[in-house]
Amino acid sequence: MTDFLQLFFSGLATGSIYALAALGFTLLWQASGTINFAQGEFVMLPAFMMLGFMAAGFPLVLSFAASCVLSVFVLGWLFKRGVVDPLFKFGMMPIVVATIGLSIAMRNAVRAGYSAEPQPFPNLFPDEVYNLAGVTISATDIGTFVFAMILVLATQAFLAKTVTGRAMQAVAQNTESASVLGINVPRMIFYTFAINAVLAAAAAILVTPTYLAKFDMGSSLGNKAFFAAIIGGFNNSRGALLGGVIVGVCENLAAAYISPAYKDAVALIIFMVVILFKPQGLLGKKVERKV
Amino acid sequence: MTKRMTLKLVAAAAILGVAGMAQAQQTIKIANIVELSGPGTTAGTVFKNGVELAVKEINENGGILGKKIENYTVDTQTNPGVAKGLTQKAVDDGVFAIYGPVYSGSIMVSMAESKRGEVPNFTGGEAAAITAQGNPYVFRTAFGQSVSFPKLAKFINTKAKTLAVIYVNNDFGKGGRDTLAKLLDGSSTKVVADISTDAGQVDFSAAVLKAKQSNADAIFAYTNEEESARLLRELKKQGWNKPVIGETTLVGQKVIELAGDAANGAIAHVGLTVDAPNPEMLKFKAKYYQAYGSISDHNGIKGYTGVYVLKAAIEKVGKLDRKAVAQALHGIQISAKKNPGVIMDVSFDANGDLDRESYLIEVKNGRQVVTATLPPLNAKK
Repeated sequence: MTDFLQLFFSGLATGSIYALAALGFTLLWQASGTINFAQGEFVMLPAFMMLGFMAAGFPLVLSFAASCVLSVFVLGWLFKRGVVDPLFKFGMMPIVVATIGLSIAMRNAVRAGYSAEPQPFPNLFPDEVYNLAGVTISATDIGTFVFAMILVLATQAFLAKTVTGRAMQAVAQNTESASVLGINVPRMIFYTFAINAVLAAAAAILVTPTYLAKFDMGSSLGNKAFFAAIIGGFNNSRGALLGGVIVGVCENLAAAYISPAYKDAVALIIFMVVILFKPQGLLGKKVERKV
Repeated sequence: MTKRMTLKLVAAAAILGVAGMAQAQQTIKIANIVELSGPGTTAGTVFKNGVELAVKEINENGGILGKKIENYTVDTQTNPGVAKGLTQKAVDDGVFAIYGPVYSGSIMVSMAESKRGEVPNFTGGEAAAITAQGNPYVFRTAFGQSVSFPKLAKFINTKAKTLAVIYVNNDFGKGGRDTLAKLLDGSSTKVVADISTDAGQVDFSAAVLKAKQSNADAIFAYTNEEESARLLRELKKQGWNKPVIGETTLVGQKVIELAGDAANGAIAHVGLTVDAPNPEMLKFKAKYYQAYGSISDHNGIKGYTGVYVLKAAIEKVGKLDRKAVAQALHGIQISAKKNPGVIMDVSFDANGDLDRESYLIEVKNGRQVVTATLPPLNAKK
């Protein structure tokens, strides 16, 4: 039982990071009907931004704040204006293809411009380890889980409880009607991209100490987050959280109780089972076809 | 008139062609086929830096037999299939020698091409199976597992009665695990946990938990650089306080940098370290730092000394003949006094395996500290 709990808590921390990245998928889907296959690279870039700010002498927390601002500009405004807006009128597929291209471009630009080698990254949380009834839990695990939870729940509350959040959801549900009601549609869509950029920066500060800052660190993270988003329900923010946690915990359990060799297949297997029996995801709602 | 013109053109083309060939022979072209992306990025990049540093130095000092070395680098993406294709292309391009790949899985696949083209191929791969294939054109730039692991097994016997083995599930990792298992079989150390991990694995919590459950006296960790750093961090996180023993990759400079405090206490047998008590090694360490702004790990030394080994072999043969150079390398003994670039005295056997002194290392305060110098495995007593 102790071992199970050990694996569970460790998986919870990893899963909450998947959840943060998965939330980006669901947010963009809800706001603009877009799947961003560069989501993993959207986490990688802020990590290198933070490294840059730290190299310039900023402390970690200040580097994070500065990276959030820069991410809103680059991954929010620039991404929307440069990729999504020009392609939006052609439907979803060109945007999806463009984001795949963007992920390759971002990876290679960082490799060429910075370095192909992994870089160490400071940990936001202390190196403390706590022993609770035989289960070793690190401050990093607790901090990562709590920080990710706060961000996911705050995003959820913002969308559900604030006027702006509701306006964003209205835009997601019916752009034309929202426009008729006087909602500034482009602005709401930009807010979604901006929130996604900040979440990506938050995921970066949590994930990079383990993943190490490397140009291809986003590849596996992006895949896992994509599966997590579908497992939880692509049109539900809480679904991203659930999907992330399920993937993180099940991966750890499978590695220990079956074989580490199958660990990376876990997300794919759960994904396949879920779409077979509940195609809209565990918490997702069925969407009626608009005529 | 037209006929005469044609003849003139043919003659001119022939002269240009001969001149071109003569021009081509003015340089010794070598290909650097290494891992610049994928899980092997750290190893490949540092190996490449070592090769480039040696090429630059040799060229500045007049080249080999008066000819400059021309070096180009390509990325295998840590993919054996890509490595094979790039090796084939290098052979087609008529290179004199090939450096890399560094990963065992890649060289195992690609060396068939360098053998077919009869091109000397210097690899950083350490899997025992590489030189067991009987390929007369493949040469190691560091110990193979068949040379390093007997020294390692002796050391483990003194440290642990029971051992948990955590290895990466690729040719490098499996080769090491199998070699060690054979050496420990019937010895005073018993392997009580055999844990495989993946190349590029991020989370080592399950692997460490399994090792803890085995209640072993020590862990033998045999993973590549980035994964070694992650493993050391996880071991620290889960409060592992018994010895962590490994081979070269466990205590590489990049691993120490990436793992931070978690690397302290790690013990390993290493064939090459920039902290070796050897003035030529310290010179190399300073030169590498000046060139790249970082401290080289064993891969940088592999690439660097590999080029100097080629230089020594060509000079021994006295002509640019790939086949003769490959033949000369078998059984060669290169003295560091006469060829300072090789840093340490080195000999190659009939399989392309090398033998020389090696070291036991412990990481203390974020630095490699040499705790013992071990003689060559086949040293004359």
